[in-house]
Amino acid sequence: MTSFTLNGQPVTIDADPAMPILWVVREKLGLSGTKFGCGIAQCGACTVHLDGEPVRSCSTPLAQAEGREVTTIEGIAGPDGELTKIQQAWISEQVPQCGYCQSGQIMAATALLRDNPAPSDEDIDAAMSGNICRCGTYTRIRRAIKVAAGIEQPLSERMAGEA
Amino acid sequence: MSDLNSKKERGSLAKWSRRGFIGAGVLAGGGLLIGIGVRPGNPVDALRPKVAAGAGEQLVNSWVKIDADNIVTAIVPHCEMGQGAHSVLAQMLADELDAAWEDVRVMQAPADGSYVVSDTARMFVAPFTMNAAAWIEPTWDGLFTQIGRFTDAMITGGSSSIRSTGQYQMRIAGAAARQMLKGAAAEEWGVPTSQITTRDSTLFHEQSGRSAPYSRFAAAAAEQPMDHTPQLKSPAEYRLMGKSKARTDIPAKVDGTAQFGIDAAPEGLDLSYAAVVRPPVNGTSVTSMNAERAMQMPGVLQILNMGDFVAVVGDSYWEAQQALGAIDIEWSEAESPTRSTEDQFVAFAAALDEAGDDGGDEVAAKGDATSAFADADTLIEAEYRVPYLAHAPMEPVNCTALVKDGKCDVWTSTQVPLMARTAIEKAIGLPKDDITVHHPYLGGAFGRRLENDYVTMAARIAKATGYPVKMIWSREEDTQKGVYRPADLSRHKAALGADGKLVGYASIFTQRHDPAEASVPAMYNIPNTSVRVAASDLHLPFAAWRSVDHSQQGWFVESFIDEAAHAAGKDPLEYRLAMLGNSPRHAAVLRKVAEMSDWSAPAAQDTAKGVAIVESFGTIVAEVIEVDMAAGKPKMTNCWAVCDAGFIMNPDGFRNQIEGGIVFGLTAAMYGEIDLVDGAAKQSNFHDYKMLRMNEVPAIEVAIINSGDIPVGGAGEPGLPPAAPALTNAIFAATGRRLRELPIAKQFA
Repeated sequence: MTSFTLNGQPVTIDADPAMPILWVVREKLGLSGTKFGCGIAQCGACTVHLDGEPVRSCSTPLAQAEGREVTTIEGIAGPDGELTKIQQAWISEQVPQCGYCQSGQIMAATALLRDNPAPSDEDIDAAMSGNICRCGTYTRIRRAIKVAAGIEQPLSERMAGEA
Repeated sequence: MSDLNSKKERGSLAKWSRRGFIGAGVLAGGGLLIGIGVRPGNPVDALRPKVAAGAGEQLVNSWVKIDADNIVTAIVPHCEMGQGAHSVLAQMLADELDAAWEDVRVMQAPADGSYVVSDTARMFVAPFTMNAAAWIEPTWDGLFTQIGRFTDAMITGGSSSIRSTGQYQMRIAGAAARQMLKGAAAEEWGVPTSQITTRDSTLFHEQSGRSAPYSRFAAAAAEQPMDHTPQLKSPAEYRLMGKSKARTDIPAKVDGTAQFGIDAAPEGLDLSYAAVVRPPVNGTSVTSMNAERAMQMPGVLQILNMGDFVAVVGDSYWEAQQALGAIDIEWSEAESPTRSTEDQFVAFAAALDEAGDDGGDEVAAKGDATSAFADADTLIEAEYRVPYLAHAPMEPVNCTALVKDGKCDVWTSTQVPLMARTAIEKAIGLPKDDITVHHPYLGGAFGRRLENDYVTMAARIAKATGYPVKMIWSREEDTQKGVYRPADLSRHKAALGADGKLVGYASIFTQRHDPAEASVPAMYNIPNTSVRVAASDLHLPFAAWRSVDHSQQGWFVESFIDEAAHAAGKDPLEYRLAMLGNSPRHAAVLRKVAEMSDWSAPAAQDTAKGVAIVESFGTIVAEVIEVDMAAGKPKMTNCWAVCDAGFIMNPDGFRNQIEGGIVFGLTAAMYGEIDLVDGAAKQSNFHDYKMLRMNEVPAIEVAIINSGDIPVGGAGEPGLPPAAPALTNAIFAATGRRLRELPIAKQFA
C-alpha cells in the first residue's frame, strides 16, 4: 500500500511500488490529463509535480510518492475552478494545437514561474527544453509564459482588427 | 509540361488510393463557384437519434443543431488533430447562419455514412461539375454522396478541410439553415420571408416589431424546403470569416479534460490493457514464442501469439509492457534483401543509373531539355538524398476495442474513421453496420493516422479476449514499426545561359506519391524542363507524412535553384524573382518576405540568410531563415514566412499552423532520420529520433497576403516544404558549404 496526496486529496493505493506514477494516476486513479509520450523521461508529456517540483511521472516509481504531494494538471486551478494565470495565457495566446503535450508544458511552466516570476529567454529555455511539442508551438509557449509573467501583452490586445 | 489540371488526370478512377483521394481535393484549388454542399432531401429523422438525442435538441439539417437554450451546434465531419478545423469549420457555418459566436458549439460528426465528405468525392471524380447548372445539383450531389459512402470518404488530410468542406459544405449548410429558419418564422408570422432578417441567432420582423430566438423555430425549420444553392455572403458581409476567433477546443486542452484516443474510458467497461510487439523487420512473422516466465508475472491476464505480432494483456499497461519484455520470440527471415540504409540508396542509385537521361516515367516536360544542356554555357549537376522519417505524434499509436455479442466498438484517434470500420470488417469478419468507431481528439497525426494497422490489431486482440482492451504501442514500437516518409535520391541538372539565366532544368528521383505535381517547379519561367521518376521499391512501408512529396521535393528543388543562383553569381532571392514573371502571386510573396527579413541588409558576423519558396496544397509560402554559425554549427535565430492562400478564414489559426509546419520541417532538416540496420529501423525513441526543443527554435514571424476572397489553399502542410531549403541555403550563404544530404546536425558534429 502506498499513501500520498493527489491534488490535495489523500489517496491510498494497492499497486506495485515500482509502477510509474503516470500509470497509477491514469489507470488506477482515472485522471487522464497526464500523458504518456515516451516512457523514458525524454518528452515531458507526463510531467507532474512531486512536492511542487516537476518530475517525469513515466519514470518515477509509485514508491517515491509515499507520504508526498502529487499534483497533476487537474489539480492546479483554483478551488472554484478558476484557471491559473498560466492556463489563461495558454488560451489568450492560442497555444495548443493537438494539445497532447500541453499538460506537461503547463506543469513545467507553472514550476518555472513560481520560482522565477520574471524569467528571461534563457530561463525559459532551461526550464522548458525537456518538453517536446511535436506540433511546434514553442514560440507561443514562450510568449504565453511571458504574458502570464506580465512581461508581454496578450495576443488579443496585439491583434486589433483581426478578432 | 503535362496538364495537371486536366479532367482526365483528376478523374481517373484507377487512382482511388486513400491519399490520392485527398490529393485530388487539393488539386481542385481555386476558381470554383460556390453552390453545392447540402445533400438531397433533409435526412434529419434518420440522423436525430445519432446526433440530436438530447432533451430540447432540434436538427435543422445534417450539420446544424439548435437546442432549447438557443445554442447552435455545428456538426463537423473532420477530425480535430491540432489543425483547428473543428473551430474554423464552425466559424464558417455560424457566419452564414448569422449565429452568435459565443453560443456556437462544435460536435464531431459520428463515423457514419451520413457524414461522408461528398465534396472530396466530387472534387476528385468530376471537379468540372463544381459550377454545373443549379438544376443538375441534387442529382450530382446525391451521386457524390453515394460515391463518398462507397469509398469511406470521411477523411481528414491534404490540408483540405477549410477550402473543401468549409467552402462547399459548412457555409452552404449554415446559409440553408438560415433560410429554413426564416421560412418557418415567415409562415407562422404570416409575413413574406423577404421581410425577415437575422442577427445573433435571432429572427426579426421589423415591420411588426416581432423577434424570436432561432430555437423557437428550429423544429419547424427542419420541415422547410432546403435550398441547395443558397445565396452566400460576400466578403464585405463576413462577420466571423476572416477573423481570428479563439479556437473552441483550446480551453479543454489547458485543464487536462480534453479526451484523446488514449484516454478512452467508456462508461461501464472495465478495461484491460495490451502491450504489443511487432516483428523488427517489416513483413516477417512469429515463428516461435516462449512466454512461460512472462505468464507468471504480476498483472498478466493473457499472452497472445497473433502471428504477425505478440500481445500481452494485463491489468495495467505497465505490467503488460514489463511482461512483454520477458517473452522470447523468434521471428521469420526477411525476404527483402535490403539490410542497411546504404542498401536502400544503392538500389535507388541503380534505378536512376538505369533510367539515364530519358528513362523512367515522365512527370513533366517542356521545350527541349536535352538540347538546352548540350548548348549550355554553364552546366551544373547535383545529387541530393533524404532519409526515411517517422511521424512521431506525441500520442503514441493506440486503440481501445470491445468485440462482444456480434458487435464491435473501437475508440481511437484516427484521420479515417470510416476506413477504420471497413478495415475492422475485413480483419474480424463482422459486418460494417455492427462496427462503431468512436473518434475523439487526436494527439497529433501528420498522416500516421491515415493508416489502420493499429486499429485492426486492437480489434483482433479484443476478438480474441472477448473483453474490452486498450492497446498502446510503446514509443519504440511507434518509431520502429510504423509507416514512413520515404527515403529518396534525386539527381538534378541545370543549363545556364551566358547571362546566368536558367535555360534548362532536369530532375529524376525514385519516389512519386502525392501530390502528383510536387516535383515540378512550375512557377518558374524555365523554357526547357524535364522531370522524371524512376521508381524503386521501398524497404519500409510508405505513408503520407505532413506535406508528403513536397517534404522532400521542396528541399530538392529549392536547394538546386539556390545552387543555380550562386553558379550564376546572382543574389538567390533576386534570381528567383527574375523567373517569376508569369507568377505574380509568388513574386508578391517573395518580395514581401524580402522586406520583412530585411533581406538585402548586410549580414552580421557569422550569420547569413537563406530563402526558399514552395507552393503546396494551394498555398504559396516563402521563408527566410537566418543562421548563426559562430559556434561552428548552425543555430537558427530567425524565420520569416509570408503566405498567400487566397483568403484566410482565421488568421491566427492559420499562423499557428504555419509556425507548426516550419518547426516540423526544421526538425526533420536538423535531426530527422530513420536508419536501417539488419533490415530494421534503428532509431527508437526521442533520444535518438530527436525533435527540436524550446532552446533550438528560431523566432518565427508569419505574414499573410489575402490575394483573393475565398480560400484556395490549405494551412496544415504548406509551412513545411520551404523550411529545410531555406535553412540549408542559409548555411551555404554563411559557410560556402552546400548540404546535399539530410539531416543537418550530424554533419556538424
